[in-house]
Parts: sequence; C-alpha cells; structure tokens
Amino acid sequence: MAKITFITSANETITLEGTEGSVMALAVENGVRGIDGDCGGVCSCATCHVHVAPDDMDKTGVASEIESDMLELDDNADEYSRLCCQLEISDALDGVVLTVAK
Amino acid sequence: MKKSELPDPFEKARSAKGYGEMNDQNDPVTMLLRHKDVRKSAHNWKTFTSAAIPGRIVVPSEVNIRDTRQIPFEVDPPVHGAYRAIVEPWFKRPLQPDYQKKLASQISAIIDETLEKGVVEVVNDFALPLQSRALTLLLNTPFHESKTWISWGTHVFRSEGEALDGDKANILYDYIDAQIDRAIKNPGEDMYSVLLSSEFEGRKLTKEEVKGVMVLTFAGGRDTVINAVTNAIAYLAEHPESLERLRNEPEITGKTVEEMIRYFSPLTHMGRVVTEDTHVCEHAVKVDSRISLCWASANRDASVFENPNEIVLDRKINPHVGFGFSHHNCLGASHARQLMKILLNTLAGKVASFEIQDYQENIEDLNEFQRKVGYNHINVKFNPLNK
Ligand code: HEM
Ligand code: FES
Repeated sequence: MAKITFITSANETITLEGTEGSVMALAVENGVRGIDGDCGGVCSCATCHVHVAPDDMDKTGVASEIESDMLELDDNADEYSRLCCQLEISDALDGVVLTVAK
Repeated sequence: MKKSELPDPFEKARSAKGYGEMNDQNDPVTMLLRHKDVRKSAHNWKTFTSAAIPGRIVVPSEVNIRDTRQIPFEVDPPVHGAYRAIVEPWFKRPLQPDYQKKLASQISAIIDETLEKGVVEVVNDFALPLQSRALTLLLNTPFHESKTWISWGTHVFRSEGEALDGDKANILYDYIDAQIDRAIKNPGEDMYSVLLSSEFEGRKLTKEEVKGVMVLTFAGGRDTVINAVTNAIAYLAEHPESLERLRNEPEITGKTVEEMIRYFSPLTHMGRVVTEDTHVCEHAVKVDSRISLCWASANRDASVFENPNEIVLDRKINPHVGFGFSHHNCLGASHARQLMKILLNTLAGKVASFEIQDYQENIEDLNEFQRKVGYNHINVKFNPLNK
C-alpha cells in the first residue's frame, strides 16, 4: 500500500491510499482536479502531468523516453515532470508528493 | 488483403524523405509524415499558424466556400486558449455518468434495430444515425433534430467525389443561423444558448463566433465518427477473436479504442500556413505556403510503434496523434472516446459475429498517395448472440 499526496493548482492537498493500478487512475477515481487521464493511460494525451517533489525522484524515477519526448513539447515541463499514468502504485511510492501541472 | 485492412500508403516516403507533396487547388501542401515532425510542428504555432484566412488550413481548402472562421480551430494562442476555456467544460460533459447512460441507451437501441433487420448498410444506416443521435447529447438539443442531420447525408461540406459542394455547406449554415436566432429569442440549456451567454474578454460571444464554433462542431464530428464506427465493425467482422476478447476482458476496451483511433486515423491530416521561410526534413518551405500534419502517417511510424500495421487490442504505450497534438487537440475526443467505448462493449454483449457482404472503399486522393479512410458503403450482416 502507498500513500500518495497531490497538490492541485488551487493549492488543495489531497492524500490518497492505493494498492495497485496507476497513479493516474487513483487520481481520476478520486476526482483530483487537473488530472483528467483522457487517453486512459496509454501515453497519448498528457492530461496526467505532475511534478514530483525533488526529494521523491528516487522513488518515482525519471520519465521514460516516450514520456520525455511528449513532455519536451509541454511548456510547463521540467526535470521533475512525469506522466502519472506511467507510475505504477506499489509500496515503493509510499509518501510521494506530486504537484498537478494543470 | 483483408477487407477491413487500412494500408499505410506513406511508409516509403516517410522513411525515405519524411514529407510528401500534394497539389490542392493551386495551393500546394507539403505533408509532414514523421511522428516527431508532426508533433513538433503542431506545437510550433508561431511558424505554422492556424489563424490563416478561413478555410485555408483545411485540405482540400475551403477558402472558396466559406468566410466564417471556425473557433477555436482557426485561431492561434493566446486567443485560442481564451476561446478554448469557454468551450472545454461543455465538451467534457461526456465524462458524466448520466451522459454515458443516455449514450448507452441510444447505442443499445440502434444495435437492437439492426439485429432485427439482419443486414444493414453500415455507413448510411448505422454509423450516420448513431453519430447524429449521439450529437444531440453533445449539443443538448431535442432527439428529433437528428432526423434533419441524418437527411443531409454523410458529407456536410463535400458531395460524393472530390468536388467541394457549396450548396451543402449552405444547408448547414442556414440551419445554424436559424438555430442561433431561435436560441436568442428562446434561450434554453442547449449549446447555442450556452455559447450565446458566454463571456469572452469581458463581452459576450458574437453571433458570428457562435456560428464558428457550431459549424466546427458539426463538421469535425461527422465523417470522423462515421469512419471510426464503420471501420470498427469491418475490423470486428474479420477478427471474431477480437470480439470474443472484448467480451471476456471488457477492461481493455479503453486501450482498444485508442488503438483503433491510431490505426484508423479517421482524420488523415490537417494543414497549417507557414509564417516564415523555414525547413522541414531539409526541404525548404516558403512563407505563406502550406504544410500539413499527417496524423495518419505519424500513427504508423515504426520508430514509435512496434508492429505499426497491426491492431494490438491492448497496446499499452500508444502515443498516437489520431486526435491531434498540443493546444488544438480534439475537443470532441471525450465524446468520441465514450461513443466508441460504449459501442464496442455493447456490440460484444449483443452480437455473436458479423459477415461483410458487398462494399465500396472510400479512397482519399492525396496526389502522391491514395489513402483508404473507410467505405462509401458496406453491407454487413449482424448475427445475434444467443444468451
Ligand atoms: C474519432 C473521431 C475524431 C477524430 C479522429 C478527430 C480528430 C481531430 C484532430 C486530429 C484534431 C486536430 C486538428 C488540428 O490540429 O488542426 C481535431 C480537432 C477538433 N475536433 Fe475532432 N476528431 C474526432 C471527433 C470529433 C467530434 C465528435 C467533435 C465534436 C462534435 C470534434 C470536434 C473537434 C474540434 C472542435 C476541434 C478543434 C479543437 C481546437 O482547435 O482547439 N472532433 N479533431
Ligand atoms: S493519461 Fe493520457 S498520457 Fe497519461
């Protein structure tokens, strides 16, 4: 199980618990604002963009090549950017803090 | 070749040089064929603008048949973003459970009707009515309006064949003008009324702006949805194992929809006008000439997609550009995705198998390339699933 915290652009802080599936799916199920997950998690829409807290990057790892090719064309992206449909929930993610890009 | 296959006519040109050339009414188009170039150029609105004279970014060009600017389609940032913010919440309504329930009951009804008939001409007697009825939900207008839209036939702007048909466009324009006037006199909860009361930069949207949004909504969501629906049925007819899999693993349906949009690419390409002399793939393009972003070619780019010419039902990583890319990505995508998802689920639950009878392919003539986008007509027998 992992506790995952989202900070939305309205500065709301939401902490959710998940055991499986993607972080995007967890956020969408719980109505986290700014994470739409339009493409259902196949890496084609970028509506699941988050900035990982710098200290948590060792837990999430950096973006894959497919993700970074996509994020490269996102004006909001930085080195902490991830598409959270590509983050699989596991114990390893416990405690991460994600700031929603949109 | 299977009847349901959509061959990739761009492969050679895409790997050899990366672009294709097309003449269109003496306003030639350089078609960008590679995934990377398509995405980059879609993002680069400063060099590749959508805000040209109305109709010019469409291929074949519509400059001779309309003056109304389609919104937010023919506008660049930052104004684009302001328009888009107005319409975006409306176009996200398909994510609401109530909307999906209504869509599901429409789709269920048309499949039941079809099973009763047995054989149906899918383009005109299944996909077109399905698309038109579903559009009443998106517009939040009475169901019976769909009868009028169905009577217009499969092409709002184009008659059969290549010619651009000004008369057909007039039918749509006159209809929309009348609807806007109706909504001004008698505001309701429909899309026309909602747009008329929207605030844009501290004022209300003008009639002409509302018309620009509505024309785009009718035009953008018609052939695209009809081709997606028809191609999906042709594919399932020839891949009974896929229908079976959707029955047994409904959880993959979302991925299947994305994969079908990639493979079918119902919108082949969309143009932009070049604002400064530049290069694409080491090929010079001049200021005020046109390029196009070829979504259909990018979606078969083997440097991005493994087995690009196969439908992999549960393709996990699928950065397709079937709904476009960057700020102009498809506004109707939530509606189209829900429609396709519910269609596949309902077919899997009600239909045992399909049999393709006679058909005629719809081939787009892009000069250097001939691309099959779907069918002009296709008769298919629906066999019911006996439970
Ligand atoms: C499977 C069906 C569909 C496909 C494949 C599709 C494809 C596309 C593509 C590729 C674009 C990008 C155009 C560009 O970059 O210039 C686009 C934009 C757009 N589409 Fe769709 N579309 C579909 C269905 C719909 C539907 C159902 C509607 C509405 C009823 C719709 C309305 C729009 C609008 C309004 C835009 C312009 C968005 C903007 O400029 O910001 N589309 N579509
Ligand atoms: S949900 Fe579409 S890219 Fe992540």
